[in-house]
Amino acid sequence: MLGCLGLIVFIVPLIGLLSRTPWARLPELLSGDVVADALRLSLVTSLAATTIAAVLGVPLAWLLARVEFPGRSIVRGLVTLPLVLPPVVGGAALLFALGRRGVIGEPLDRATGLLLPFSTWGVVVATTFVAMPFLVITVEGALGNVDQRYEGAAATLGAGRWTILRRVTLPMIAPSLVAGLVLTWARALGEFGATITFAGNLQGRTQTLPLAVFVALESDRDTAVAVSLVMVAVSLIVLVALRDRWWKPL
Amino acid sequence: MYRLTVTTLVALGLVACGGAGDDEVLVSAAASLSDAFADIESAFEIINPGVDVVLNLASSSALREQILEGAPIDVFAPANASNMDQVVAGGDVLGEPELFARNLLQIAVPAGNLAGVTGLGDFADEELLIGLCAEEVPCGDLGRQALANAGVTAAIDTVEPDVRALLTKIEAGELDAGITYVTDVLAAGGTVEGIDIAEGVNVGATYPIAVLGNGPNPGAGVVFVAFVLSEQGQAILASYGFSSP
Repeated sequence: MLGCLGLIVFIVPLIGLLSRTPWARLPELLSGDVVADALRLSLVTSLAATTIAAVLGVPLAWLLARVEFPGRSIVRGLVTLPLVLPPVVGGAALLFALGRRGVIGEPLDRATGLLLPFSTWGVVVATTFVAMPFLVITVEGALGNVDQRYEGAAATLGAGRWTILRRVTLPMIAPSLVAGLVLTWARALGEFGATITFAGNLQGRTQTLPLAVFVALESDRDTAVAVSLVMVAVSLIVLVALRDRWWKPL
Repeated sequence: MYRLTVTTLVALGLVACGGAGDDEVLVSAAASLSDAFADIESAFEIINPGVDVVLNLASSSALREQILEGAPIDVFAPANASNMDQVVAGGDVLGEPELFARNLLQIAVPAGNLAGVTGLGDFADEELLIGLCAEEVPCGDLGRQALANAGVTAAIDTVEPDVRALLTKIEAGELDAGITYVTDVLAAGGTVEGIDIAEGVNVGATYPIAVLGNGPNPGAGVVFVAFVLSEQGQAILASYGFSSP
């Protein structure tokens, strides 16, 4: 009984969205230039964020899983912080650190002229900040579950560290790595608070799909609903594709 | 166990009774009215003990959408007539909307004006970080009108959901300039400087106020609107930089 009620929590908003969808006008609404710009930006920035998360996150996960160092639990806590921090707070923190008058942003701006807020790279930074923890935690968990005797066996057979990583460890954690990457990408795609606070909101430069929906809600309700539907569809496809793998690594 | 239950029930009853004594009046007001209406709320509650004014502050367009979707609001005070007209068309308004304040646009720059902004002409400079309110929001619509009047094509870097969000970014020095209201620059105190916009170019905002029918307390709403239009209410608005309607 309670389980059914729990299910209703998730289904009711979806029904609300579907009931407002202007089905007949859907193709016309989704081909406008606001939507096209937002879609392009969302895809480009979310993929960039996922790539950076992978490049930086996998080594970090390795560090947390395999290396004993003082303060490891603190580092793990810091990595998990963006998961529980309200995204707007994350965006504000990024602004104070990397903004034009920010702790790091100000010297960076004076030295190189590089300014992250109000730029597409700012969107990438904001979304990486909120999404990377997903990758680190998933991969760390997977590395923790790997039977290290396989790696030991490979070393005994003469494999170097890089070869072991490439041909033994990574293939063994591949399902979790993929699940982590997909979750990271989905989280980056849906980010709103940190983006609008840190990177700003400008069509074609920083207005990703969630921001476009937010703005459209007050001016063009039908477009907002149409874009929302697209995002729900994408999210559902991602989750269905993950299926069992979704649960195991977590 | 029995005594504990009774004590809890009595305590809950007392708490509930304490709240029920207060009439709540829900007021949806434009973001630019934040400080003035906070003062008006305090003054109103002193004169009308037992009435609790609850302020719902956001961009006028967001508030309009909430009302049209059925939000139970007693009083609506947007920053332009078009949002009020849409709510009137929705059929919720009791009586006629009345104008209660005017506001003018002003360029806001961070204290110190490091970028050396002198007027609307600088808004075309690609090198500067310029912010405006979103087009759907009154201050964004009026700001764009002013820019059109001045014949300037602005190199905009961000579009904020309401005037206070824009002001915050300017205060923080993250933007070089933006178009806000005179009252917002005043409210920000020393953290923001204002640069006037020429009379022929500047566009004014007129604020209507009306009582809505589907709120919990339209009676108190009528009293609230009367207060805003009264000498005391108008004096509070004037102290924040608003002009009379």
